Amino acid sequence: MAAVVTTLAFFLIQLAPGDPFVWILENPGIDATLRDRLRAQFGLDQPVAVQYVRYLANVARGDFGHSFAMSQPVATVIARALPNTLLLMGTALALSFVLGVGLGVVQAARPGSLPDRASRGLALAFYSVPDFWLAALLLIVFAGWLRWFPPGGDASLFAESLAPWRRALDRAHHLVLPALTLVLVTTAAVSRFQRAALLDTLAEDYVRTAIAKGLSRRAAVLRHALRNALLPVVTLLGLALPALLGGAVFVERVFAWPGMGSLLVNAVTQRDYFLLTGCVLVGSLTVVAGSLLADLLAIAADPRQRRS
Amino acid sequence: MSAAARRAGAPRLLEALAPLRRRPSVLLAVTVVAGVTVLALLAPWVAPYDPAAAVGPTQAPSALFPLGTDGAGRDVLSRLLHGARISLAVAAVATLVAATLGTAVGAVAGYAGGRTDALLMRLVDALLALPRILVLIALFALWEGLPLPVLVLLLGAMAWFPLSRLVRAQVRAAASLEYVLAAQALGAGRARVVLRHVLPNVAGAVLVASTLVAGEVIVAEAGLSFFGVGVQPPDASWGSMLDDARGYGFAHWWTALPPGLALALTVMAINHLGDALRDALDPRQLPQP
Repeated sequence: MAAVVTTLAFFLIQLAPGDPFVWILENPGIDATLRDRLRAQFGLDQPVAVQYVRYLANVARGDFGHSFAMSQPVATVIARALPNTLLLMGTALALSFVLGVGLGVVQAARPGSLPDRASRGLALAFYSVPDFWLAALLLIVFAGWLRWFPPGGDASLFAESLAPWRRALDRAHHLVLPALTLVLVTTAAVSRFQRAALLDTLAEDYVRTAIAKGLSRRAAVLRHALRNALLPVVTLLGLALPALLGGAVFVERVFAWPGMGSLLVNAVTQRDYFLLTGCVLVGSLTVVAGSLLADLLAIAADPRQRRS
Repeated sequence: MSAAARRAGAPRLLEALAPLRRRPSVLLAVTVVAGVTVLALLAPWVAPYDPAAAVGPTQAPSALFPLGTDGAGRDVLSRLLHGARISLAVAAVATLVAATLGTAVGAVAGYAGGRTDALLMRLVDALLALPRILVLIALFALWEGLPLPVLVLLLGAMAWFPLSRLVRAQVRAAASLEYVLAAQALGAGRARVVLRHVLPNVAGAVLVASTLVAGEVIVAEAGLSFFGVGVQPPDASWGSMLDDARGYGFAHWWTALPPGLALALTVMAINHLGDALRDALDPRQLPQP
């Protein structure tokens, strides 16, 4: 998997028109041979196969190339941005799984009731709303009109001079709106999934037996059905990650949250090839690691999967 | 499918869809999708102004400009209508591409089985784990100024993965049906069996999955355009309108609200249609109240 992503990243760079030094040709004041010298210096004049092996070896060592726009190694730039994105994604993921599972249980406990229908309609709405638009609306209302939250960034001006706990609070204050956007969207997806899984499980024989022997529906749902119905949701955790990362990237663009999304914007506007592919690479690897974790969780939770 | 089979098939499909006509939410969804489509088709005639021309200073909605004008002084309503054209056309073609690719890969994997199946599905697993929107952003950013048709093809080429898994499962189930076995026993070739006997069986599933793909593709295109790497000016899509609004710090709410609302309503209607189609076409599921 990691190999697929790395290869893809390499060919993205290879197939892109031009190279990081074409701008030299556009500037008559610079000697055109400089481009050739730079190309040789960075190994861009070597055959594709050689470059590929080198790229693989470099990536394996955690070296994603050089960010020409930032004059820094890509790894350094990403190491600064990734924690911010992980904070945003982690907060959203944790909250939305707790909320989504809870909501799904409430819905499935009394299917067709008013709370079920109302919350399902709401979930469908949030599920269909593009996350970046939701982010924009929250920004306009809560940062623009009500001024409850800051409109962007991850810290107030002069935040460095604050006491550590005040600084953490300031950061949390900046985190609310971006995280809320992702929580709303992801909770909607999780609750839809949890409701369906729970309803399926509730139709199983052992649940009917439990109810037949006199257990209340509440106990049947919470003690018998929910445990098994949680399994597909754990699997969803892995599947939700690519979407969540994509969402985080857009939400970061709206709120100027200095994570991978903002980095990606810079890379895009400055045509910073290595930074761009580095972002995609690290993003993909994050997702792969996450789904691996979800698989392990599922195996830990389900003895039946241990054998295979 | 032969003409006779098609004649027999069409009424059965209509019959299966009949219960949907009694559900008001489905009617509403159909109305929304049809309405947006008609407005998109008629955009050049119903739009009050040129969508790319500055027609006045930036201002909130008024009788003269029903949805106001954006940061560059262009009429928001006209841009919204013309944006619908681009957004819907992109989604329609990309969905078609995705449905074709997904069906082809799924049918080959499901019917061939064995090593081909294992290889293809492993590939799909790997592709599914990609943060697709990131890859698309990178692609479009590296190849600056891709023409719209290429953009559409790439969108479709990145959207077929889940569909192919679904088709594969359905094809595997259908491949062991008795009449398919009978066709094989009678000496029909592989291609003929798949195209004539197996695929018509999975058409319903493909339709349902394509509906959901369409919703995804609309959002993906909007996302790319919102990132500034999708539809390029002077063309406007709903996504790039939102990006324009962002460029002015979301200072003018009337420029941010309409494109997102149009996007959300359209996608919601399409998703709801997908859900309803699944209820109607999947005999294992009873229609929900």
